[in-house]
Amino acid sequence: MTETIPVTDSHGTVPVADPSQPLVQVRDLEVGFQTQNGLVKAVRGVSFEIYPGETVAIVGESGSGKSTTATALMKLLPGNGDITGGEVLVEGTNIVDHNEKQMAAIRGGVIGYVPQDPMSNLNPVWSVGFQVREAIRANGVATSKKDIEARAVEVLQQAGLGDAERRMKQFPHQFSGGMRQRVLIGIGLGADPKLLIADEPTSALDVTVQKVILDHIESLTRDKGTAVLLITHDLGLAAERASKVIVMNQGRIVEAGPSKDLLSNPQHPYTQRLIAAAPSLASRRLESSIAGESQDAKTFDVAQMAEQRAEAVDADAPAVISVRDLTKVFSIRKGGFRSEPFTAVDKISFDIPKGTTLALVGESGSGKSTAAKMILGLEEPTSGEITVGGTAMTGVSRKDLFNLRSRMQPVFQDPYSSLDPQRSIASSIAEPMRVHKTGDKEARRARVLELLEQVSLPAELFNRYPNELSGGQRQRVAIARALALKPDVVVLDEAVSALDVLVQAQILQLLADLQAELGLTYLFITHDLAVVRVIADNVAVMERGKIVESGTTDQIFENAREPYTQRLLDAIPGAGLEWTV
Amino acid sequence: MTLYVVKRLLQAIPVFFGTTFLIYFMVFSMPGDPVLALFGDRTPNPAVLEAVREQYNLDQPFIVQYFMYIKDFLTGNMGVTFSGQTVNDVFARAFPVTLQLVTIAVVAEFLLAVGFGLLSGLRKGKFADHASLLMALVLNSIPPFVALFLAQYFIGIKLGWAPVTVGANVSWGSLLLPGLTIALTIYVVGMRLMRGSVIEAREGDYVRTAYAKGLTSKRVTPVHVARNSLIPVITNTAASFGALIAGTTVTEGIFNIPGIGKVLYDAILRGENATVVSFVTILTVMYIIVNILVDLLYAVLDPRIRYV
Repeated sequence: MTETIPVTDSHGTVPVADPSQPLVQVRDLEVGFQTQNGLVKAVRGVSFEIYPGETVAIVGESGSGKSTTATALMKLLPGNGDITGGEVLVEGTNIVDHNEKQMAAIRGGVIGYVPQDPMSNLNPVWSVGFQVREAIRANGVATSKKDIEARAVEVLQQAGLGDAERRMKQFPHQFSGGMRQRVLIGIGLGADPKLLIADEPTSALDVTVQKVILDHIESLTRDKGTAVLLITHDLGLAAERASKVIVMNQGRIVEAGPSKDLLSNPQHPYTQRLIAAAPSLASRRLESSIAGESQDAKTFDVAQMAEQRAEAVDADAPAVISVRDLTKVFSIRKGGFRSEPFTAVDKISFDIPKGTTLALVGESGSGKSTAAKMILGLEEPTSGEITVGGTAMTGVSRKDLFNLRSRMQPVFQDPYSSLDPQRSIASSIAEPMRVHKTGDKEARRARVLELLEQVSLPAELFNRYPNELSGGQRQRVAIARALALKPDVVVLDEAVSALDVLVQAQILQLLADLQAELGLTYLFITHDLAVVRVIADNVAVMERGKIVESGTTDQIFENAREPYTQRLLDAIPGAGLEWTV
Repeated sequence: MTLYVVKRLLQAIPVFFGTTFLIYFMVFSMPGDPVLALFGDRTPNPAVLEAVREQYNLDQPFIVQYFMYIKDFLTGNMGVTFSGQTVNDVFARAFPVTLQLVTIAVVAEFLLAVGFGLLSGLRKGKFADHASLLMALVLNSIPPFVALFLAQYFIGIKLGWAPVTVGANVSWGSLLLPGLTIALTIYVVGMRLMRGSVIEAREGDYVRTAYAKGLTSKRVTPVHVARNSLIPVITNTAASFGALIAGTTVTEGIFNIPGIGKVLYDAILRGENATVVSFVTILTVMYIIVNILVDLLYAVLDPRIRYV
């Protein structure tokens, strides 16, 4: 289904061109990639329009063709990709057959581009000033050396680099991720384009930085009357920022319309599923679906399933894991023989009662992953105590530590790199049992089959290899492996952060089911507060190595005391939106 | 930065003593008596023999001789050859010749590596890529001395385009043929490095961003693709510079070039120990310095690398 819906802009922007004529018209666009298995179509007949000054968002999961569509508008497809059908009209001219020179005239000047990953999109060997000046010179915005320099400083200042003049000679590695993204925004808007394509401009950044960057793009483009094509996987973010939302799935547009209508009255089942699966502030703690009424696996709905769990949690239950004044000090080399102590984790203490989930929340660099590593015994604490089921973990012999490890098992973020590609699924799941010499070969085989069933994977996967599995299936395997030794505690380090929203919802449901069934205790490390809402009983917020606030999930979400916590909550995309559910 | 250089130079001290000691020891252990050799077929007077031994400290224990040698070396006195010239003079005459030859070889190698590497990388999988890879493989497979003889025979003798031997007639022109021949046999390593980094850089995010700015490939290829790919090639070339200075013996022998390699070779045959030890010591020191310079070059080419 393809639709083109002209939408009047709701942001009250200043139109720069005839607002009744579309700036970009995409008609039946098809993009194919040449692979070993022949031509693979990534975009199959997409049509939409962008009018001057409006903000349009394309939303979809990975592989939906959203980024391919965006890069096709600038003809910046990777080497093996090509537009195989349809038209792209930029200001009325079809660019599909444009040569390199004609495209160079459109890129930068008519269509600006802000890429996803600020770490890899600036050339490391040239100064920041050089790379901005290059963009300005290429589009003839200024010609004399002095004017180019002045304009470069100006665009960087507008992009939010206050001390741009001083930093022009610096190199990208001397900038933080957020600062680099500002440089890329400056480059993208340097020649005052009529359309800015922002391809997941903030997904590589910390949540609080994300909000600042998006606010900045919004205000800059509004002032200049620039149209924006925002590519994102986050429906909440799209609805919050764009006036029109296009939902893509498997190379096709499944639904498009004004963002408020789309959110409050989604027509297509896929959009409905996306909305239902998105965790948000309005959600409640996930309850095991086994206990409640049976759920249709395909249309389950996070919010509908969610129930208050407060009474279910026994606050007096003994703590399975108890952490007292845990501290980790690294020494950072300062050059020569000098080094400086850096306190990554600073006297944190918490208890996790049996069968509950504690979410450890914070931005990158807050020390949450270091804390998790110490609890898993992968990093030696500088001081402090960790007690697991009454047994102290610090200062014990290697043999005792080895035995303790079987009681705590990890699940990591990236399901692609956390499974050995050379091992079959069964071999991966059975590995902890082999290491800890649990059971004989037959018993382990039976246990693997049992675990596959517990994580809802078909027994046929037994002899398969990770490359035959999807991201969600792989993460289920990683969970099965973590459960192999019947641990008391599972440490989930950003375990759902890399997953698409529908898969993420399924994995969260699986975790809730397993907790109810097996009485598991979770330590959930994440930067995503929206996920915390649906999985955690208690929350501890970390900032610069310290726990700045902790409490039950409801307390934190409804009544955060710390400004830092409040900032994290405000940064959740779509926080202020009315959701249908 | 300064601290880094000082640190590296301090590290070079044990390397210096280690290599010179080994060389000195090996030459010392070689069969034959250098003093007797001085007299040729005549039988010398034992008193004279004794006097000569004393004059050159040859009656001292090995370790004392070694440190006396090091002391002389460090004060700039490398001794005298059999024909009465100072080793300093011999080196001063031979070194510029070798430097000229190696410069030609290294510059040509660099240009070949960058040129064909860029061509191959940009046309990956196409005809030009296959042709360039095949050519590099063939040239690399020919042993250098065979290539040098072939070049000498066909280009020097049959076609007469270049002097067959150099001899006393040292000039950029006469050294061109041996220099280019060396370059052709060694450029394959640099070319493969260049090809690999071009292929990687071409698909890089910052290259796409450069195109998105509105730049054409005329600018993106040299400024963003080639510039970034040069880092490994330049360091490889600089490293081969050090290796070539010490490794031109075969080339200088075939083309009769009076450079370090030839002098060293002759000195070994004649058993002129002072020359051998001194030359090898100087080459060792130069090799160490070139390697430090190569490491510093990294920092110039890649701003992310800073030595503190």
